[in-house]
Amino acid sequence: MSFSAFLFYVLAVILLASAVRVVSARQPVHAALSLVLAFFTMAALWITLGAEFLGLALVVIYVGAVMVLFLFVLMMLDVRQTDQSPRWRLHLVPALVVGAVMLAEIVLLIVNGTRTKTESLETSASMENTRELGELLFEDYLYSLELVAVLLLVGMIAAIVLTHRQSRFAKRQEPAEQNAVRRDDRLRIVSMQAETETEDDTVHSSEKREH
Amino acid sequence: MIQWLADFFGSMGATGLVIWTMIKIVLITLPLPLCVAFLTLAERRVIGAMQSRCGPIRVGPNGILQPFADVLKMLFKEAVVPARANRMLFRFAPFLALVPAVAAWGTMPFSENLWLADLNAGLLYIMMMCSIGVYGIILAGWASNSRYALLGSLRSTAQLISYELAMGFALVGVILLTNTLNLGDIVRNQTGGFLHWHLWPLFPLFVVYFISGIAETNRHPFDMAEGESELVAGFHVEYSGITFALFFLAEYMNMILLSALAATLFLGGWMAPHPIFNQLPLLGDGFLWLALKVAGLLFIFLWVRASFPRYRYDQIMRLGWKIFIPLTLVWIVVVAVAVRWSALFGGGA
Repeated sequence: MSFSAFLFYVLAVILLASAVRVVSARQPVHAALSLVLAFFTMAALWITLGAEFLGLALVVIYVGAVMVLFLFVLMMLDVRQTDQSPRWRLHLVPALVVGAVMLAEIVLLIVNGTRTKTESLETSASMENTRELGELLFEDYLYSLELVAVLLLVGMIAAIVLTHRQSRFAKRQEPAEQNAVRRDDRLRIVSMQAETETEDDTVHSSEKREH
Repeated sequence: MIQWLADFFGSMGATGLVIWTMIKIVLITLPLPLCVAFLTLAERRVIGAMQSRCGPIRVGPNGILQPFADVLKMLFKEAVVPARANRMLFRFAPFLALVPAVAAWGTMPFSENLWLADLNAGLLYIMMMCSIGVYGIILAGWASNSRYALLGSLRSTAQLISYELAMGFALVGVILLTNTLNLGDIVRNQTGGFLHWHLWPLFPLFVVYFISGIAETNRHPFDMAEGESELVAGFHVEYSGITFALFFLAEYMNMILLSALAATLFLGGWMAPHPIFNQLPLLGDGFLWLALKVAGLLFIFLWVRASFPRYRYDQIMRLGWKIFIPLTLVWIVVVAVAVRWSALFGGGA
């Protein structure tokens, strides 16, 4: 067994174990962390296959940004341990069906795809992966990429519009107005005679002290 | 001598390669904590001087042994785990903060032929390591089971994500200009004296990168995550002794890493500021110049800390999202146009 094969099996075992942990963990934060580990191991697997750009991008985007936001939300919601026992059976049948369909798809892909794909994998491993991917995306498939980008932009705008819909009652700061405030808006300086202590005052204050 | 050692271990085949790599890893990781130790001393002395006081001068000549005294104090303190904290994650979090800070040095070029891994996607690798350092902070805040810690870690996470975008865009400018992700090639692209450094064509991106770097490392004036006046110490409020020291180490290592990356991307890395230095003994292109540039950038970190008051949280977010990101986007377009018609662009590029 070569070193790369050994590496593959070690990574595969970690990947499967963490993936199982994602669905079996009772604590949602633990599940999310297992998902992080699964992404990380997946990235390592891709890098051993020579797809270094994909691997690094997976970590930067999914581990570095998406999962951080996931954890953020989980911590804000303060979800305690979910009790899985009663609901477990309810979800069993749909879960099995979805799982079976996904498994069938992957098996089909492997059976049909292996013979044609191995060649391209080997050539790409020797070449500069990132550059090749960039050329493919931004030259051959430029229009489809632009379409995807526009789609994402629309999704983003929709999300922002939906969350800001009820903001009529929300309080917000206007930095421009804050900066535009001058001294005269807040403070009025009155010129007046200097107050001096008269004899009456001293008598009053000494009386007050006695009381 | 390095070349000789590399050849010696290279001749031993695969085992030699493993041993040589291990030696290189040790040579990179061992000096790092030492640098951090003296950086803390420098910080206290520099800020002391800026505020007209001495700083630590009692331990050893001129206070030179102060960091070691601090480390010993940390080591002998009890590492307390709060009741009802998530024990496993609580212990694990400092390592999650420290490991990426060390691992990121893997592709950093120290001189023409001195580095651990000459990765084609080296810049991407360092970005990846920077982006996973945030997990230590999140988990520390959550596992402590303390409101202060949780609030601190939430603030810090939001801040990290916002400034990472601006930082990433600043790096895109460098990639556009050099047409590569390999850090060594990026440095070689700046050959020929300081007028050829990326600093000049990419000046706005350099400024954005450096300020985002200060924000990423949670340093003043962006240290909302540990705002003493409201959150005691933020995400590491429950950590004591050596576990706190690990967070501290990670923060300072990240400072050095960001400075080294800035020096590599914008200030010509190991290159001397003028080709004339190559005629002189010991002053030619090499590690010395990288170290000097990193030291200069670290000085700016300390200078900023001594000079500025802390930002309000909404000001931090506004600076990141509404000023830095649009600024970098505009400059990326400028750089892209300039690269396309490079005749328009004299000097640096």
